[in-house]
Amino acid sequence: MSGYLTVGALLVVGIALIAGAGALNSMLSPSRGGGGGGLTTYESGVDPVGEGWAQSQIRYYVYAFLYVVLAVEAVFLFPWATIFGDPGFGTTALVEMGVFVGLLALVLLYVWRKRVLIWT
Amino acid sequence: MVREEVTVGVGDAAAGLHEFPTTDMTLNIGPQHPSTHGVLRLRIVLDGERVVSAEPIVGYMHRGAEKLFEVRDYRQIIVLANRHDWLSAFSNELGVALAVERMLGMEVPERATWLRTLLAELNRILNHLMFLGSYPLEIGAITPVFYAFRERETIQAVMEEAAGGRMHFMFNRVGGIKEEVPAGWTGRVRQAVADVRSRMPDLDGLIRDNEIFLARTRGIGVLTPEQVDAFGISGPVARASGVDFDLRRDEPYLAYGELQESLRVVTRTVGDCHSRFECLLDQVYASLDLADACLDRLASVTGPVNVRLPKTLKAPEGHTYAWTENPLGLNGYFIVSRGEKTPWRCKLRSASFNNIQVLTELLPGTLLPDLVAILGSMFFVVGDIDK
Amino acid sequence: MSNLAAESPTLADFGTDVWWIIVIKVVGIFALLVALTLFAILFERKVVGRMQQRIGPNRVGPRGGLQSLADGLKLAFKEDIMPALADKPIYFLAPVIAAVPAFLAFSVIPIGPIVSIFGERTPLQLTDLPVGVLIVLACSAMGVYGIVLAGWASGSTYPLLGSLRSAAQMISYEIAMGLSIVAVFLYAGTMSTSGIVEAQESGSEVSAFGLNFDGPGWYAVVLPVSFIIYCIAVVGETNRAPFDLPEAESELVGGFHTEYSSLKFALFYLAEYINMVTVSALAATLFLGGWRAPWPISIWDGANSGWWPVLWFIGKVILGLFVFTWLRATLPRMRYDQFMRFGWKVLVPVALLWILVVATMRVLSREYDFNAGDIALYVGIPVLVLVMAVVWLWPDKAPDPTVKEGVPPTTRGAFPTPPLDLVVPPSPPLIKRDAVAAGKRGGGKRA
Repeated sequence: MSGYLTVGALLVVGIALIAGAGALNSMLSPSRGGGGGGLTTYESGVDPVGEGWAQSQIRYYVYAFLYVVLAVEAVFLFPWATIFGDPGFGTTALVEMGVFVGLLALVLLYVWRKRVLIWT
Repeated sequence: MVREEVTVGVGDAAAGLHEFPTTDMTLNIGPQHPSTHGVLRLRIVLDGERVVSAEPIVGYMHRGAEKLFEVRDYRQIIVLANRHDWLSAFSNELGVALAVERMLGMEVPERATWLRTLLAELNRILNHLMFLGSYPLEIGAITPVFYAFRERETIQAVMEEAAGGRMHFMFNRVGGIKEEVPAGWTGRVRQAVADVRSRMPDLDGLIRDNEIFLARTRGIGVLTPEQVDAFGISGPVARASGVDFDLRRDEPYLAYGELQESLRVVTRTVGDCHSRFECLLDQVYASLDLADACLDRLASVTGPVNVRLPKTLKAPEGHTYAWTENPLGLNGYFIVSRGEKTPWRCKLRSASFNNIQVLTELLPGTLLPDLVAILGSMFFVVGDIDK
Repeated sequence: MSNLAAESPTLADFGTDVWWIIVIKVVGIFALLVALTLFAILFERKVVGRMQQRIGPNRVGPRGGLQSLADGLKLAFKEDIMPALADKPIYFLAPVIAAVPAFLAFSVIPIGPIVSIFGERTPLQLTDLPVGVLIVLACSAMGVYGIVLAGWASGSTYPLLGSLRSAAQMISYEIAMGLSIVAVFLYAGTMSTSGIVEAQESGSEVSAFGLNFDGPGWYAVVLPVSFIIYCIAVVGETNRAPFDLPEAESELVGGFHTEYSSLKFALFYLAEYINMVTVSALAATLFLGGWRAPWPISIWDGANSGWWPVLWFIGKVILGLFVFTWLRATLPRMRYDQFMRFGWKVLVPVALLWILVVATMRVLSREYDFNAGDIALYVGIPVLVLVMAVVWLWPDKAPDPTVKEGVPPTTRGAFPTPPLDLVVPPSPPLIKRDAVAAGKRGGGKRA
């Protein structure tokens, strides 16, 4: 458990460091309040058209789903791989994992054939 | 600014997944954008990253070149003419000088013609090297530009030695060139040409057949010969589409008529970004050969390099159109004279203006990264568009 | 070799440090990271400069050595801009979210063996956990949030496009990276970083062609496919060229950080370089034997004891940084869809297949008494030969027409023509050649 606490300590120190840098920065940097259009967003030197936010193509969403599927797969693979070398795990474990990976490969193949993996 | 385009796009990639309506985004690329070389502005409508429509908005750099020409003495025009396409200054001045000489019926000394041809080819190499460096940069390769500039510097040194300028050479005069080149100059040019030729494989090998570069440019932005004809596209961009047209061969001016055996017109058939790039790249080799051929002839041609002009230079009443094969394409001056010191009307036909018009047809349907690849491969100079 | 083994830390050696050792280590990690980042920026600029026939920065400090420090200081003095359209809290938080996990990932990287600090014997590693490598993976995944939120919160088009790209890109390559590491766990039998370093100490004995010798222990050699996939995936994961699409300057100007300035921008910059350092360090740990000396040096007995390993470790990290720099100087940027296609259709399937192949080989060697050398000999070499034969004998694509020259000319009239009444005189040298009689030659058409 103390290992995690140490990582936590690093996290706290990291945040503190950035907060300190931020404080120093706010003292050092000028603040002109962005008069003269300094606060408008950049769009190649002309006034921005519309808003930056727009409903975007659903294709981004498909990738998110795929990520979830395969990331979960990876999470299952990690512990399996770690103990695979231990005595008592052999052909059975391999075949089981082969079936699992095969199923997911099938998923990948399915979306591939469905032409979802085309980024347009 | 009010949002003008709000269209509903239905995607096409994954059947059945796209009934959900999405809003298209309107985006300005330029006038201040890293890939527009200045102030070209493209107003594009995006669906995700796909370009739905694109419209070049030109004129941010309009300086009224034609009207400025019309209120200046013929000799003064030259100094302005080399500015609209700042990468082909020598070729631009050449067009004006040729037009005025033609109207005057003036015969240019032979040595001046050969020197002009040589300098025009060197200018072509300078221009092409610039784009050979900047185009990979737009595709994301940051190194070729430095190799291109190393070669540019070599050529630039001899150009500078002769003309005194690095960008705006101002070396043409009506009736010839400004002055005889310095002693030993031709030898140094020969050396520079040999140096560039020996080092070109560095640049060539770095980028031409790079897998990623091929993937980014092959089959992208294909320009058909019909489009070339319809939009009046010229120069390397047109030749990459198989439109084999080069004034130097088809309507020889300067000394090109005698250089036909050394003149190699580089063409490609595909018309995609990569063939445009290759046209430019191989044109450099071709121009180096031409420069050598000019140097060979210059060794035996002697005589004056300009003619004495009257104090006031008046072109006789009439009109003429002188066009030259500039590095970026056809560059023409239509000059109408009413016998005054200045032209009554001057029309400038610049290469880039015509070449980029096709973007409205070429860009829709492409992806945003392809847009950059296509835009860069049209090899334009904004000053040449906006005049 | 007995003293050497004693110096390799195991999981049990962690969590026993006194508090001031932990403080020293935390400060040490920050110092190391900041120093490595400053070095990496300068190193990159110098190396890219050399590759581009330039000198690189040489104004600030001796031979330009303080350039990156000066750049960092300059950023602190810049105005901090909060765009009017921005979503303020998220805009503010995004750089912090990007930077903090970058620091955090380094906590489990083993920098050296057990050393003595003021009389305390402690491993040169802040901490280790049974799931050590997962911490690094989790941190890199967290970093993605910073970039995605930054682009979204800016309320501007270019950053939004950049962040959408980076979201899809990083999650795709996250998968490939995770899968590439599975084979390492399979071999090492642990997820703790110190354990993986120890497992690479020496390879199994290989007997081939009647010779017995120690096989290489580095997983880069044992598991080359994993190593290659890992290398490609981390370049995508860190947004570096040729996969620097979220900040593709010629397309998206600055990408997700277009609207950021001052310290907030500096944090993104810092995060990018720390991530580079971290993935290089992880590559060294997982595939290049960690802090252990590479072969010619490892002959020397003292190479792996005391503080020397820190040097080897940093050397390996710098090697990684050099590869990053080299890629950036050489390659153009890939297009987005090509890049995604490569990730999903090449890297992920190959990684899955490779895991099964490795696992099968393990089972074969254990249960059916093949040793690794035999398998390599009887399966590996035929497979290699087969693959090479396929690659070489695969029919070449028809030569591309773009390389062909000498296209037949189109008809003359098919092009914009000059004014119809124009008479173009032949060029003067031709006149001389053609006709001597032509004394006065008219120019263009006179009206």
